[in-house]
Amino acid sequence: MQYSTRIGSSKKKSLSQKFFDLNWFIVLVIILVASFGFAMLYSVAGGSVDPWAKNQFIRFIIGLILMIMVAMVDIRVWMFLAYPFYAVALGLLLIVDIMGEIGKGSQRWLDLGFMNFQPSELIKIALVMALARYFHCLTDDETTQLRSLIKPIILIILPVVLVLRQPDLGTTILIVLGGIALLFAAGVRMWLFVASLIALIPAAYGAWQFLKPYQKQRVLTFLDPEKDPLGAGYHIIQSKIALGSGGIYGKGFIQGTQSQLNFLPEKHTDFIFTVIAEELGLIGGLTLLGLYFILLAYAIIVSMSVKSQFGRLLILGMVFTFFLYMFINIAMVMGLVPVVGVPLPLVSYGGSAMLTLLMAFGFILSAAIHKETSIPRGGAFA
Amino acid sequence: MNPSDANKLKMYTRRATIVSGGMLLLSSALIGRMYYLQVTNRNQYELLADKNRISMRLLAPKRGDIVDRFGREIATNTTDYRVNVIPEETKELQETLKSLGHYIPISENENKRVLKAAKKQRSFLPINIANNLDWETFSQVNVNMPDLPGVQPDMGVSRYYPEKGLVAHLVGYVGSVSENELNGDPLLELPEFKIGKNGIEKTLDDKLRGSAGNSKVEVNVLGRVIRELSRQDSVSGETTNLTIDLDIQKFAANRVSDVSAAVVVMDIHTGDLLALSSTPSFDPNDFNNGISQKKWDALREDIRKPLINKAVSGQYSPGSTFKMIVALAALEAGIVTAEETKFCGSTFKIGKRIVHCWNKNGHGHINIIQALAQSCDVYFYELALEVGIEKIHEMSTRFGLGERFNIGIMSEAKGINPNNKWKMGTQGVRWQGGDTVNAGIGQGYVSTTPLQLCVMISRMVNGGKAVEPKIFSDDDPLSMSNDIGISEKNLKIILQGMNDVYNHPRGTAFSHRSRNKNYKLGGKTGTTQVRRISTAERQTRVLKNNEKPWIERDHALFVGYGPVENPKFSICVIVEHGGGGSSTASPIARDVLEFVINNDKKRNAETII
Repeated sequence: MQYSTRIGSSKKKSLSQKFFDLNWFIVLVIILVASFGFAMLYSVAGGSVDPWAKNQFIRFIIGLILMIMVAMVDIRVWMFLAYPFYAVALGLLLIVDIMGEIGKGSQRWLDLGFMNFQPSELIKIALVMALARYFHCLTDDETTQLRSLIKPIILIILPVVLVLRQPDLGTTILIVLGGIALLFAAGVRMWLFVASLIALIPAAYGAWQFLKPYQKQRVLTFLDPEKDPLGAGYHIIQSKIALGSGGIYGKGFIQGTQSQLNFLPEKHTDFIFTVIAEELGLIGGLTLLGLYFILLAYAIIVSMSVKSQFGRLLILGMVFTFFLYMFINIAMVMGLVPVVGVPLPLVSYGGSAMLTLLMAFGFILSAAIHKETSIPRGGAFA
Repeated sequence: MNPSDANKLKMYTRRATIVSGGMLLLSSALIGRMYYLQVTNRNQYELLADKNRISMRLLAPKRGDIVDRFGREIATNTTDYRVNVIPEETKELQETLKSLGHYIPISENENKRVLKAAKKQRSFLPINIANNLDWETFSQVNVNMPDLPGVQPDMGVSRYYPEKGLVAHLVGYVGSVSENELNGDPLLELPEFKIGKNGIEKTLDDKLRGSAGNSKVEVNVLGRVIRELSRQDSVSGETTNLTIDLDIQKFAANRVSDVSAAVVVMDIHTGDLLALSSTPSFDPNDFNNGISQKKWDALREDIRKPLINKAVSGQYSPGSTFKMIVALAALEAGIVTAEETKFCGSTFKIGKRIVHCWNKNGHGHINIIQALAQSCDVYFYELALEVGIEKIHEMSTRFGLGERFNIGIMSEAKGINPNNKWKMGTQGVRWQGGDTVNAGIGQGYVSTTPLQLCVMISRMVNGGKAVEPKIFSDDDPLSMSNDIGISEKNLKIILQGMNDVYNHPRGTAFSHRSRNKNYKLGGKTGTTQVRRISTAERQTRVLKNNEKPWIERDHALFVGYGPVENPKFSICVIVEHGGGGSSTASPIARDVLEFVINNDKKRNAETII
């Protein structure tokens, strides 16, 4: 009861006020990260804005505008829209699934005319929003109760099933780990995670049986890439050669032999970090990691001063999703984890991931702008 | 803030800190990995990256020429004008082929082959359309390049033998490297590389081949060359000078072009082989790109054996040309003198066997010079028996019979210089008097090559010097030949006999003596039976040569020298199944010797002027 009175008391910001409250330094860092992408896409095209850099730039501008718009919308609106948003994303995922069924083949995207959109990207942020809202509405006691976990687990499993059917191992991992991180941040009891970890071993065995042969092959090849140097291991070996030969200072912009002479596969998408490391060296790689660090550190620090649990969880969920993209991608190209097809955030060529990640940052910025806004447990517009 | 909210924030802050810690930990793993790859193992990966991008292309060396004693080309290289097409540079491959068809005829099959190849190989790799184009056609294609997108005129190198079959047995030929010739040398693995397969091309292959250069190029993942990084040019093979005089070689080969024959001409003092012909021959140019099965079969099935170098590989009974050896053995042993005569009544009895002289009327009483000039068989049956095979064998050895000279061309045969030891070794039976009788006229077990016979006569007419035959003119020209230790007196007797063969009215080759008034020629005829004449045949009628099938006819031999006044050149002529030595071989020897001597005089006159 007393919370509702506080809604009105929260300071209502004007649009222009919000615009100035935006953390422009962070926006600048985002632009810098994306610029890494433009530069590398220009490089891997042999010094040409076509076919990738120009497209990527246009999408980034659209995404940036979308991000700022998302940031300026009141956090309570996002909380209100969390479930419908989740429902829409899940619906799109279902449509893709059905279309794939009809089209007799795996399809992961919807043709939007100007770009192909992957609903599996959208579901990552939709899930974070839905879970954040769910935990926002729980009391402390409820949070620690086991039965409170039923609903979030269903929220996680539904998209996981659909994504696995595509089949997209990378996205599945992102969804599951992102979901778990959110449950953890929300305060679910620690022993549950420990127990789950133990239970994971037989589960992993079960999942192994469920994997497609090519996915199994990827894992096996990852464990020993030299076993199949001309086949599945080729990508990893070539990527490591490119990275290693880059050394500390790199071979120079548009001078990477592995990438320019096409020894490196998928150099404009999943393996773009390799190009950075080859052409700009350890220094280039660390610079990009540094920029990512600034973005994520800022978000985490801000999250600790956000008044609403929804806002906090929203930020952490987005941060963790963003981090997973980055970590899995870089670990993958360096041969630390299997090749699962996860793009390097804001750098790899591709519209869906770019838009999704910029939207995610939109939510982070929105939560930051509206950090003083506290929301009753019953919901902003309940 | 209410307590619940405060709790939540506290819980969140704690958990978020843990999550952040986890993220930091994972990130440091990434940095550690980067350091490991890019700093610790950098050199190893740099090598691997270079291995990926750098490709060594071998540059084939130019094969060395083979030239005659005056530097005239016997084997050389010619530019092979070719036209290739690069599918990726055409607008439409079929269109380009059609346009190209205006200049170079492209058959239906060719067209199909090209289209098929274009599907199979990478589109930036050239496909060969035509080879060995003449300059006219090639330049037409070049001029019309703008209308022929994707067409690439190209110039390659082919081995070329301008004299075709004339020197074929000597130089041999080149061909593609076969599987069992690969020895790890990457040069041999070049697709178009050719190596010597026969003759001098083979024996001197290492010298002629030269050494490969290389070009370091940067390639992309498809193997396309992006740029050249460095280049080391190849070193051409050395030019090989032969002792052969192409003029003489040509003259000799042409003189015997219609028969199956071998002609060897030698400088009796230096051992320089001036001609080494074998007919019929083949065109070594045919082997460059692999000889066609049809041509190959024709060469192999020809009973005249065009692939054999008869001058060094053919082994023949020396026949009467061997009589000088028998004579010298006897003279040196003191068994006979120049004046002593023997009686030839046309037959000779050894044990129960009766052997015949070629002259059915017999020669009557004749001395050793007459016996040589008239080639009396009975005289030498008797003389051989008197001197014995071991002395004959020893004399043969001094004159190079049964010896392989290793002049540096392939398949030089050794022949047989028989004696008792040889017969025991090969047949397990003792040498018989009958064997000696056969050997006395150069039949039976004695077997020689034309090269050996040429060496033999050279040593007889150069004053008994152990001259060695040679084919490469860069061999030491100053090496003095050892004396073989024959007395001058006895050599003179032999020379007189050989002089009389051509120049005495009763000499076997008198009708084919030198027509030149300035000098005379000498020599010895030989006619060797390929088939033994049976007693029955002798009683009825001995078939004349031209009545027998070719393969059963006698071989015609002649060993000669000239000028008699001051011997300088020697010759050996063998015409397989050619009939008589005097009727067939001696005119050939005369013609060639005259050509050699006249040529030599002309050349000397020119040098003096």
